Amino acid sequence: MARMKFLCDAERCIECNGCVTACKNEHEVPWGVNRRRVVTINDGVPGEKSISVSCMHCSDAPCMAVCPTDCFYKTEEAVVLHNKDACIGCGYCFFACPFGAPQFPNGPAAFGARGKMDKCTFCAGGPEENGSKEEFEKYGRNRISEGKLPACAEMCATKALLAGDAPVISDIFRDRALRRGKAGDAAWGWTTAYGKPEQAQERTQERAREQQREGAK
Amino acid sequence: MKKALFLMAGAAFALAACGEYSQVANYKPGSYQGKSDTRPWEGGKFAGDKAAWEAALANRAQGQNEYKRTQ
Repeated sequence: MARMKFLCDAERCIECNGCVTACKNEHEVPWGVNRRRVVTINDGVPGEKSISVSCMHCSDAPCMAVCPTDCFYKTEEAVVLHNKDACIGCGYCFFACPFGAPQFPNGPAAFGARGKMDKCTFCAGGPEENGSKEEFEKYGRNRISEGKLPACAEMCATKALLAGDAPVISDIFRDRALRRGKAGDAAWGWTTAYGKPEQAQERTQERAREQQREGAK
Repeated sequence: MKKALFLMAGAAFALAACGEYSQVANYKPGSYQGKSDTRPWEGGKFAGDKAAWEAALANRAQGQNEYKRTQ
């Protein structure tokens, strides 16, 4: 079945923080814990780009690899979840994660005093009975078991943030890119952020050529 | 003779902690040890009907495509 993923279209994100608010409200996330946040690159400069970032539910998740208590697991839908009962708050996952997804209720406290890690669950709860009070208190609401998609994506006004089965959201995005005539800096993910330097150079050169062509018109 | 033997034994004992040991950790990939999670379609609204759950999610996903919604 599904391989759940988020896809943020930087051409559409308007930095409204609706996704952040939706997440906070849906799961009653405490102060200091941000499961999702909007990052703006070149803020205030014409052509600035914003992207909504949370746990990317990596196919080969580094948090899972470094956890000393092996409290992470992956569901059949490829959602990376963790068992808070086993978490010791060591913070290794925080250092391993390239997206800054793991959050700690006590902030950057000393070793062992951070509290149990909290992160985006793709609105899929955790290892408790679906929809139970325990699950809500520890992990937040389980919208996936209700047949719904994550609140952040469903709340997104411009539909910059897409969530769901990877092939399905890829199709939606592809359709969109074809209609507007360009993908631009839109799709944002691991390869874009951590791609090889040559790829970045190629992209920069391509963009420069495109700008020259537009300038010549 | 006895003193020399005593000194050698003493030195061996005192320098025992100076030996070199491999400090490279042997990485062993762990596996999840915690509680098992119930699958999303089990219990609650869908009561084990996986097909209905998948259909609900697929329908919901298409709601994100405004080109289809506005047709």
